[in-house]
Amino acid sequence: MSTINKSATQLNATILSNKRVGAYHQILLAIGDLASVCRPGNFVAISVGGDTSRMVLRRAFAISRITHGSASGGAMELIVAPHGSGSKWLCAQEEGVELDIVAPLGKAFGIPTTPVNALLVGGGYGSAPLFGLAEVLKSRGCRVDMLLGASTGSKIYAPLEGKRSASTLKIFTEDGSMGEHGRVTAPIRELIAQGSVDVIYSCGPMSMLRAISEITDGTDVVHQCAVEESMACGIGICMTCVLPIKNDDGSISMLRSCIDGPVMDGSLVAWDLVGKTPPVGIA
Amino acid sequence: MNQPTLDFSTTLGNAWFPAPIFTASGCASSGKELSQFFDLREIGAVVTKSVMNKARHGRATPRMAETPSGMLNSIGLQGPGIDQFLAQDVPWLLAKGARVIVSIAGETTDEYAMLARKIRSVQGISALEVNISCPNVENRGMVFACERDTAARAIDGVRKIIGGEIPIIAKLTPDVTDITSIAAAVVDAGADGLALINTVLGMVINLETMKPHLGGKTGGLSGPAIRPVAVRAIYQVHSAMPHVPILGMGGVASGRDALELILAGASGISVGTASFGDPMAIPRIQRELTALLVAKGFASVKDAIGYAHREDGN
Repeated sequence: MSTINKSATQLNATILSNKRVGAYHQILLAIGDLASVCRPGNFVAISVGGDTSRMVLRRAFAISRITHGSASGGAMELIVAPHGSGSKWLCAQEEGVELDIVAPLGKAFGIPTTPVNALLVGGGYGSAPLFGLAEVLKSRGCRVDMLLGASTGSKIYAPLEGKRSASTLKIFTEDGSMGEHGRVTAPIRELIAQGSVDVIYSCGPMSMLRAISEITDGTDVVHQCAVEESMACGIGICMTCVLPIKNDDGSISMLRSCIDGPVMDGSLVAWDLVGKTPPVGIA
Repeated sequence: MNQPTLDFSTTLGNAWFPAPIFTASGCASSGKELSQFFDLREIGAVVTKSVMNKARHGRATPRMAETPSGMLNSIGLQGPGIDQFLAQDVPWLLAKGARVIVSIAGETTDEYAMLARKIRSVQGISALEVNISCPNVENRGMVFACERDTAARAIDGVRKIIGGEIPIIAKLTPDVTDITSIAAAVVDAGADGLALINTVLGMVINLETMKPHLGGKTGGLSGPAIRPVAVRAIYQVHSAMPHVPILGMGGVASGRDALELILAGASGISVGTASFGDPMAIPRIQRELTALLVAKGFASVKDAIGYAHREDGN
C-alpha cells in the first residue's frame, strides 16, 4: 500500500487568470515553489464555495500543466468543466481571488528511463493533463502520438501550444462534429499491431480506460491510466474512492484512487468488479 | 503578552489527554495521512478507524454523496483486520508519540470479546472505543446500539476482558427512540464512557438513474447538518448521567462548534468530516477553542463541560 504524496501541502493560491476555452475554463494558480514538486498525473484538491458554503468537501482536479519562473514564481494550470455546483463556483472566481488548495496529491504518471513510443489517449477534459505529460515525454526523447475524443467538438480540449508537444494528434467525436467520426479507442488495436506503441497513457471516463485495458490485455503494451472516482477528501482518510486492484496471488485489494492512484496500471484494475463488492481472500 | 493560563487537558475515565480534540473513527484512517499536515502529538488522540477481526472490503462504490452542509458515506468498515492493524498501525502511531484510542466493531458479541482480548495484549493504547452503531452494514440487525439488550451484551462481553486497565467507550447512534435508555444500559454493562453520536442513517436518490445513489443504498449522514442532533443527544445523556464522560462528535468544524458540544456535556470532541474538507481542521479547531475558552473566562476545559446545564440564573 502506498502512502500520501510526500510533497502534499495546504496553501492559499491566487488565481492569475481564468479564461473560457470552449466548454471549459482554463484556470491558472500561483503556487510558488510547490511547482517544482508537481508531476503530470498529480491532482489538486480545492476548497469551494467560501466560508459560509453548504459544500463541505473539496473538489479534486487533475493538474494539467505546471509552469516555472514566471513573474509570480511557479504556476499550476487546471482545465475545469463547470457542470457541478463546486466546479461552477470555481469557474466563476475572478483573477486575484485566493483559493485554499492541497497539492500535489496522488501518484504521477511513470516516465520511462529510456525513449519509448508513447500513445496518449484523452477523453473530454481528460486530455488536459496529457499535454504537460507530452512535454515531459518529448524532453526524454520519446515519440508522442496523441488521440483525443469526446461526444462532440466543443468538448475536445486541445490547445495550440499543446499540439506542438505531440508528433501526431488525431481527434475523434461521437457525433462527427470535429475530426473523425467515432470513438477515440477505435484506432488503438491497429497501432499496437503495427508495433508503434510501447506505452499508453490515458485519462478520461472510466468506460474509456476500461476499453483501452481490454485492448492492451495480452499484449506487451503498458497501460498507465489516470482513474476518476468520486472522493470526499483526496488525502486518503475517507475511503470512498476505492478501486478493486488485482494482487499477484489472485486476491483483490480495494485501493484508494487518491493515494494508490489516480495513475494505475490498467492491467491490474479488476474492471469487472468496479462498483461491486469482491469477496475477501484469494479468488 | 500576559495570557491567562488555560488548562486544555481533559480525561475520559482514567485516560488523560493534553488536549480535548481527537480525530473521529473512520475519518482519519490510522493517522498516517494527517501526519503529513500536522504533528499527531499536538492533538488529544487519534481515534482509529473501527477495525474488525478479519480483513474486510466494505461496500460497493459509489460510497459517498455530498449533501447540504454534510455528506453521506457508505464505506462498510473496510479494513485490514485486527491482527495486521495491531502489528502495523498501532506501533506506527505510538512510535510517532500519538495517543491512540482504538475503535473496534464486531458482527457478534463474541467478536467484540475476541477483539478486546487482542487489544488487551497491546501496551500503550489510551482507550477502547466500542463501535456498536455503524450504520453501513448489510443487516441493520448488526447495529447493537438500537436495542438495550444487544447494546449491553456487546459491552458486557468487552468488560469481562478489560477490567479497568483502559476506559471502554461505547459509541451510540442517535437513530433510536430514547438514547438515554441505551446509554444507561451500556453504562450498567460496564462502559466507562460514551461516544455520541455516530452518523445518522440517510439516503440520496440519483435523479439521472432514479435509483439510490450509494452502492449500499443507505449511508451515514455526517457534517454540520447533524450537529444539532449531536448537541441534543449529548445534552440529554449528560443530563441523565452527569458523571459519565462523553466523547462528543457530529459536525464539529470550528472552535465554536467544539465549545457548543462541550457546554452540552462532552469531555472531548472528535472531528471527522471537517478533516475531509480541511486537513488542518483539528489543529485549527484547537486554536479556536483555546481562544474562545479564554475569552469566555474559563480556566480549564473541565470547567466548561456541561456548563449549559447550570440552573443558577446566570
